[in-house]
Amino acid sequence: MEINGAALGFAVAAIAGLTLAFIGHPPVQLPAPAPTAVASSGATAFVLKSVSVDLPTSTVVFPGGATAETINANCLSCHSAGMVLTQPNLPKATWAGIVDKMIHAYKAPVDDGEMAAIVDYLATTKGSK
Amino acid sequence: MVVSGSAWGQAAVDLPFTPSGRAVTKGFPQKGPMILQRTRPPLLETPFEVFDRGVFTPNDSFYVRWHWAVIPTEIDVGTFRLSVRGHVDKELSLTLKEIVDGLPRVELAAVNQCSGNSRGFTEPRVPGAQWANGAMGNAKWMGVRLKDVLDRAGVKAGATAVRFAGLDDPVVPEAPKFMKSLALDHASDGEVMIAYAMNGEQLPLLNGFPLRLVVPGWYSTYWVKMLDRIEVLAAPDENFWTRNAYLIPDTPGGDMKPGQTGLGMVPINRMVPRSFVTNLKDGASLKAGTKTLVRGIAFGGDTGVKSVELSVDGGTNWLPTVLGRDEGKYSFRQWQAEVMPSAGNVALMVRCTNDGGLVQPAANNWNPSGFMHNGIETLHLKAA
Repeated sequence: MEINGAALGFAVAAIAGLTLAFIGHPPVQLPAPAPTAVASSGATAFVLKSVSVDLPTSTVVFPGGATAETINANCLSCHSAGMVLTQPNLPKATWAGIVDKMIHAYKAPVDDGEMAAIVDYLATTKGSK
Repeated sequence: MVVSGSAWGQAAVDLPFTPSGRAVTKGFPQKGPMILQRTRPPLLETPFEVFDRGVFTPNDSFYVRWHWAVIPTEIDVGTFRLSVRGHVDKELSLTLKEIVDGLPRVELAAVNQCSGNSRGFTEPRVPGAQWANGAMGNAKWMGVRLKDVLDRAGVKAGATAVRFAGLDDPVVPEAPKFMKSLALDHASDGEVMIAYAMNGEQLPLLNGFPLRLVVPGWYSTYWVKMLDRIEVLAAPDENFWTRNAYLIPDTPGGDMKPGQTGLGMVPINRMVPRSFVTNLKDGASLKAGTKTLVRGIAFGGDTGVKSVELSVDGGTNWLPTVLGRDEGKYSFRQWQAEVMPSAGNVALMVRCTNDGGLVQPAANNWNPSGFMHNGIETLHLKAA
């Protein structure tokens, strides 16, 4: 592949400029930028409107039946499972560090006795050597 | 409404790393189709084809990232208040009307990019949201200068930093509320804004309605959403999110070797240049011997785009492209060029040099958080 020979100089800048004009790229352009500062007196009024929305919930659980019981019971109250399930495979020590951060930095209320089951689940389902 | 991350009843997309599958959901308010990274708290990625449609990213396609799951779903513009407290002469409790009508209005185009944008491409892989390249967007922000708000409160001598927080909260009350701070000089530079509009409209709730901090040229972790409290500090900010989170190795580009020790860690800060081809996908086929338009976007990071160049020979020779209209130094900049492919496999590379002379590196950086990814992008194409 070669860049079009003309693309090396001014001529091509001009050609590309024409292309830009004729094919209409960029395809979507907002109006020209306003001055950086707009005096607020005399500027068009901007009116904010109250907002009420619904945020979706997730029904996804960690797969694995009984082996996933502890992680499902402890982790889903603060976050849905999706991002965990899309993690790459990681060493067990990395998973242990993540669970430790959830408990000690982010204050996840996990009993000491349950931490190992969560780390084991993650190292088994999303583990690397 | 229930959004399912694994029931692929809706559209789906494959990202170029494992695990690759993601749902594309229309289930979030004020949002069109978004790549679902996590339902709660929401992590929504902008589908990459959006970046080919214009230099500004539409609000309903703009990526979404929240740390904590308690996010207000109703905001009453009549009762909302922005407080300014701490080391000031006069504490403030501002209504939205006082902010919109009572302070000088400013506008600025600026890229908002997650610290971990493109983390999924990091090798060796690291934990965190596995974003492709769509945890970024460019908008025309409208609002007021943070400096004007601070001046109204009167910053006392001895102040050193300004801390920001919003209406979102952790599920567990003991968990650290999300807060970020900026040095006072930075906060008062006249560029840092409190935005009440993006691209001419009020912000979508998930992008921080009604107010969002805009920190031009800096990663999005500082762009606090649903901003409702500003605190002027007379001592260094010791909160978790400033002191312990969002740290990078104190090296050029935040780069280190896996397992390397003895490095100082500092808060992530200024963005670095990036560039992308937007009208061709990796693996695409081209017609050999025919002029083909290649176009895309670039941004300089903490300054403008000086140039964008293309290579078709693995990075040995670089050829110029034509830049689109300059929307300001913190904005995306469009670029384009024509190429004439000869038959065979082609590695098409694009690189940006910013106005500070910083060039995208050939190799991607590595750090344990997957922050500041900005290596030169390569598309593998076939011409026939």
